[in-house]
Amino acid sequence: MSEAVSNPAPGRMAELWRPIRKILREPLGALGLFLVLFVIFGAVFADLLTGWDPTKINPRDRFQGPSGEHLMGTDQLGRDLFSRVLYGGRIALFVALVSTAVSLVIGIILGLIAGYGPRWLDNLMILLFDAMKSFPTVMLALALVTLMGPSLTAVMVVVVLVTVPGYARIIRTQTIALKTSEYVTAAQSMGASSARILRVHILPNVIGPLVILASMDIPVVIGIEAGMSFLGLGVRPPTPSWGSILNDGFTNIRDTAWIAIAGGVPIIVTTLGFTFLGETLRDVFDPRLKGR
Amino acid sequence: MTTLRIDNLNVSFSTEAGPLHALKNVSFDVPENRIVGIVGESGCGKSTLINAILGLLADNGSIDSGSILFEGQDELTKLPPSRMRDLRGPRIATVFQDPMGALNPVISVGKQMLNIQYRSTLSKEEKLNRAVEMLELVRIPDARAALSRYPHQFSGGMKQRIAIAMALMMEPALLIADEPTTALDATLEVTTIELLKDLQQKIGCSVMFISHHLGVIAELCDDVVVMYAGEVVERGTVRQIFQDPRHPYTARLLECDPARQSERTRHLPTIPGEIPDLRARPAGCIFANRCDRISDVCSKPPPEEAIGDGHVARCFVANTPIETGVSA
Amino acid sequence: MNRDPILKVKDVQVSFPVGGLGRRNAILGVAGVSFEVNRGETFALVGESGSGKTTLARAVNGLQEISAGTITFEDQRIDELDRKAMKPVRKRMSMMFQDPVGSLSPRMTVGDLVTEPFRIHGIEGRNLREEAARLLTLVGLPTSFASRFPHQLSGGQARRVGVARAIALDPALIIADEPTAGLDVSVQGEVLNLLNDLRERLGLAMVIITHNLHVVHHVADRTAVMYLGRFVEAGDTEEVFGAPQHPYTAALLSANPEPDPDKTHDRITLPAEVPSLLARPTGCEFHTRCPWVQSRCRVDAPERQVTNGRAVACHFPLEPGARPPETAERAAS
Repeated sequence: MSEAVSNPAPGRMAELWRPIRKILREPLGALGLFLVLFVIFGAVFADLLTGWDPTKINPRDRFQGPSGEHLMGTDQLGRDLFSRVLYGGRIALFVALVSTAVSLVIGIILGLIAGYGPRWLDNLMILLFDAMKSFPTVMLALALVTLMGPSLTAVMVVVVLVTVPGYARIIRTQTIALKTSEYVTAAQSMGASSARILRVHILPNVIGPLVILASMDIPVVIGIEAGMSFLGLGVRPPTPSWGSILNDGFTNIRDTAWIAIAGGVPIIVTTLGFTFLGETLRDVFDPRLKGR
Repeated sequence: MTTLRIDNLNVSFSTEAGPLHALKNVSFDVPENRIVGIVGESGCGKSTLINAILGLLADNGSIDSGSILFEGQDELTKLPPSRMRDLRGPRIATVFQDPMGALNPVISVGKQMLNIQYRSTLSKEEKLNRAVEMLELVRIPDARAALSRYPHQFSGGMKQRIAIAMALMMEPALLIADEPTTALDATLEVTTIELLKDLQQKIGCSVMFISHHLGVIAELCDDVVVMYAGEVVERGTVRQIFQDPRHPYTARLLECDPARQSERTRHLPTIPGEIPDLRARPAGCIFANRCDRISDVCSKPPPEEAIGDGHVARCFVANTPIETGVSA
Repeated sequence: MNRDPILKVKDVQVSFPVGGLGRRNAILGVAGVSFEVNRGETFALVGESGSGKTTLARAVNGLQEISAGTITFEDQRIDELDRKAMKPVRKRMSMMFQDPVGSLSPRMTVGDLVTEPFRIHGIEGRNLREEAARLLTLVGLPTSFASRFPHQLSGGQARRVGVARAIALDPALIIADEPTAGLDVSVQGEVLNLLNDLRERLGLAMVIITHNLHVVHHVADRTAVMYLGRFVEAGDTEEVFGAPQHPYTAALLSANPEPDPDKTHDRITLPAEVPSLLARPTGCEFHTRCPWVQSRCRVDAPERQVTNGRAVACHFPLEPGARPPETAERAAS
């Protein structure tokens, strides 16, 4: 970036390492980081960790318990559950990361405009955010699926619609607070354009807490994806998803509990991991956000 | 009797980069019925000192050694928190730079002044009268009507005077005033100082007055303690300090005050250099790196030289008067 | 001083809307102020909080719209310029804000901060790292400071960074709002010396806004004293300080506690509080607090009288060394 006049090269590594050390010092943070890395590892290296095709139906091997061959057993169609869990993790993380990133970008842009723009625009946008926020998630999901049909895209649109208003509001509030700060006034006095003020002087100072809050939202997003897939509103079979595995387990609970366990445990582990990590991030980097 | 006796107080904070020695061997007295000014610039340890006295040091701070004796009987460094809470307010009152720190914005002034007297056995009527009396003492016009008003309905100067009235209402033995006039305009500042002096005499308490404004200190205080980088470098009566400073820092600080330059000048005196890093205190004199009277001995810690009549300076050459070059 | 005005402010008013729905009202933060600043001159605006001095400075800098009057800078009317047309003017006139640290963007390095004006104005062909080094040297900071962040600076260092940024584009005029606010006594002098020095070396004109009269005394060529958005007195600094003609100036001067315990203070104490801008007093607006008040002052607003470049708005300008009536009584008893 052309902004850099100073030379930040030395100590860059140390700068990156310090926050990680801070997280590791907290037991829950260390556990969270470990769980998150564990889940990411499984999702990324799914191909290497299992030889099974997660969608391959094998009617002869239905309802097998865990064994050396099938680490988590098989489901009602004889598909290898371990590989389904790993590939389902890919879907969950993909949805969580992509839709959160999209939400962040949209939320930041809307929040900056609402906070820095004229009063009437702010009022209008706040009305819009509140309207979106007050819409129940399940209703929104049902309505969207009716319109679009069940798909991964539908899941992501729901997630974006649900999370954007909150992000935009946070950015808006902080932008309003900074708008009258002396350093923003100083930039105006130097002749900086609104775009430059937002980009260089406001954005870097409002984005930190938002990223922390977004990381705490990831479990919610994973929950939405699993929930919608569970209800058949999300990922289409045979693509594996933790929600649809859970549904398979639910339907076949009388035959075996292993399917439900295989679908439920990853959701719990991932949710806990991201929650612990997010809360530690918040406590370590922005204690003011506590209680939000 | 001495209201507050601080003896060899050492306070340090644990930081990521190692322990920070914030107060080093701080000793001074606040005698009964006197106003003691604490002068120093940023980083001199004024706030740490106040917090140590009030038992409000941050979690990473600790009193390593020394004593803070209040009214000859209470050793504040060892007092249990509950007993300390009983002292804060009725016996040791505080006024800060921002009066809104003491005033609750959503409770009327009268109600707040009643709340302060919760321990008193007076009837409600008598307590209200006492509140009116205090507001009149700090020259709030129409004091009885003021009771039903809220803090934001008063100007900045009045808010600070109400805060002072509330601090002094329980007739504390010690008032700690931390830069109470810094946020006020000059005309209000002087009236507030005069008021504080009047009230101190009427109520008969001791005052520890912290300020960076030398003019205010000179006008208000009986004794002065000069602090630099967490050490008391000089203390004495206000005349000793202002007319015959013996520590080079005191002398230089006085020189720097633009108010001392009655002649118009284009080049004002300054003290070049910075306060040393308190995590790595120099072995010798703390002021050595900025001092113009430095010699070889300064690499050793200087003693507290007594000049006479309670005038003390932490400097090897304190017994030689300093030419300030400024006509007072 | 040769008269070559770089800045001409004429009858400027700034009004703020107050009150909620239904009853809209306006208060005058600046109620008709005129002054000129010559090239290379330092002009001080002195007043207490609520006097309108900062509002006036912001109006001159185009950060605050004015409701009446004209502002001319380098022979160009700047009060009617829109934001875009104002941009080139901002290269010639820079402003420094009160809070030394708070006026610096917290996530930017010192190097980026002092060269920000170059980027804002798209000035190409300069090595920004060299410019940063040059500017830091000019204000007496080591060039290694370029990689520091504002929170790693002391108040005095942060103020120097602010000065460096203000002179980055070689402006003709600097407006400094409380340049010594929040600084230690030993550092105040450093900053004032720096400003004086730069002014001489770079031929800058300066407008200094402050409540601290001692600061004014040592840096300003001319001084104007503001009260409730108007000038009550203006003139050569030495003259205003030596023999104040307006009672408010006299009170302000006497209200400065001096660092000498034996100084007997013939202080002029002002009774009452500063009136609200919502309810300006009739007649002379200072009459509610004036120790010399007479019946005429309560009804009749004084005109500004100018003699030998000295302006005062008072029916009964003070003689040198005048004492207020009550104080004289108190001394006699």
